[in-house]
Amino acid sequence: MLVDRAATAVSVSVAIVGGTCTFGKATLFRDLDLTLAAGSWTCLLGPSGIGKTSLIRLILESTRIRGQTRAIGTGVVACDDGHPLRGRVAYMAQRDLLLPWLTVRDNVLLGRRLRGEAIDAPARGRADALIEAVGMQDAAGLRPDALSGGMRQRAALARTLFEDRPVVLMDEPFSAVDAITRVRLQDLAATLLRGRTVLLVTHDPLEALRLGHRIFVMAGRPARLGEPLHAPGNPPRPVDDPGVLALQGELLRRLAAAHS
Amino acid sequence: MMTSRALHGPARAVVIGLGLLVAWQALVMATALPPYILPDPLRVMTALVVHAASIGRHAAITLTEIVLGLGIGIALGAASALLIVAFRPARRWLLPLLVVSQAVPVFALAPLLVLWLGYGLASKVAMAAVIIYFPVTAAFSDGLRRADPGWLDLALSMDASRLASLRHIRAPAALPALASGVRVATAVAPIGAVVGEWVGASAGLGYLMLHANARMQIDLMFAALLILGAIAVALYFAVDRLLKRLMPWQPESSPAED
Repeated sequence: MLVDRAATAVSVSVAIVGGTCTFGKATLFRDLDLTLAAGSWTCLLGPSGIGKTSLIRLILESTRIRGQTRAIGTGVVACDDGHPLRGRVAYMAQRDLLLPWLTVRDNVLLGRRLRGEAIDAPARGRADALIEAVGMQDAAGLRPDALSGGMRQRAALARTLFEDRPVVLMDEPFSAVDAITRVRLQDLAATLLRGRTVLLVTHDPLEALRLGHRIFVMAGRPARLGEPLHAPGNPPRPVDDPGVLALQGELLRRLAAAHS
Repeated sequence: MMTSRALHGPARAVVIGLGLLVAWQALVMATALPPYILPDPLRVMTALVVHAASIGRHAAITLTEIVLGLGIGIALGAASALLIVAFRPARRWLLPLLVVSQAVPVFALAPLLVLWLGYGLASKVAMAAVIIYFPVTAAFSDGLRRADPGWLDLALSMDASRLASLRHIRAPAALPALASGVRVATAVAPIGAVVGEWVGASAGLGYLMLHANARMQIDLMFAALLILGAIAVALYFAVDRLLKRLMPWQPESSPAED
């Protein structure tokens, strides 16, 4: 049922045009263009501090209504259907960002609470279904401090899914968990977010190749995006998928060049 | 570490109490001070029993002043902190006021408060409230401003209004900071009440002590002081306990356990 929901969600493509971001005198990127293709995963790799997170923040900040006091940069973020991005984006960070005073279930329901929407039986039911989908049904009533790192990240994934947004921004969402948990979380995310427009920032070439349709390497200062790698087949691809293995060398070469 | 753990809280309190009594008695015997300078514990206990009814009445009044002062001061402090963080104009207008309220020695206000609010409860409650207003406001507004930026990014992606973020993220995130302010407030509120009583009152433990002092009833003065101390300590631990129960998610780590 959850997968059906995802598949039927209206997909939208998001274009960042002329994205510029400066910190003090350093220009992270200038006039950067990137289009997140509708219903597919775009992966972004590159050295630390190159501006990947800033690019995500730039997209996120564009949903602010007024008071651009914390604006991180400038640039136009537009959706192909002409409607604003606000209300259509979900965000998942490297840290789980679970609120420590709420239970897992209430954390999953946080968006409704913040929007002033009623926490009614259907909402609760959907939260519980997603919590079950990420295998956390036994922990739904626990607070985050009672959970392991992997469980916390699964709860964060459930919260991201609950938002049911056509566009999902993920900033190294699985980098803080062990390898096996990471692979499982990738499978979950790929399945449950199928049909969404996803931007995934990651440091893990294998992760990008398992999940991404198009994979960009961000490099230089100001940073530019190279030609994307196109990964064949549908995500989540097996770790030992020949296509994945074949592209891994090329991706690593590009990353090494980006680091130099 | 084991030795400090071997004794439980209440047992430790008894040991500390007994130790203080012994030290007190030893001091009296060693210095041979007359009872109107330093009465021995037995004399003070006797005064405590003899004047139990009177001390109890005055203690109830002081306790009322402290609790009311705490309640009002915390409420005003928390409301001010919320205003400062929620509305930029409030920050510009309230902050100078806040600094002034702290720069003027609060004790210097006591005669004024008594003049304006009379000899009764109100002036002491106001005194206690004024003295705790700043620590509560400062602690809570600091906490409100220091919410995890990641949480606020998340709130942004969830289309939260500023007010909703304040209510559901900043305010609960700042509760531990508010709790620190409330602990400080609980510790200093009795000072406010007693100073208020000294400046002008017809009841309360502070009044009783001044009165006993003037009549050389030093044993009664000590008895009142003892009860005042007991009230202050009991109140502090009650508040501390309540705060911990209200915030079970707040992890506690003692440096001794590193």
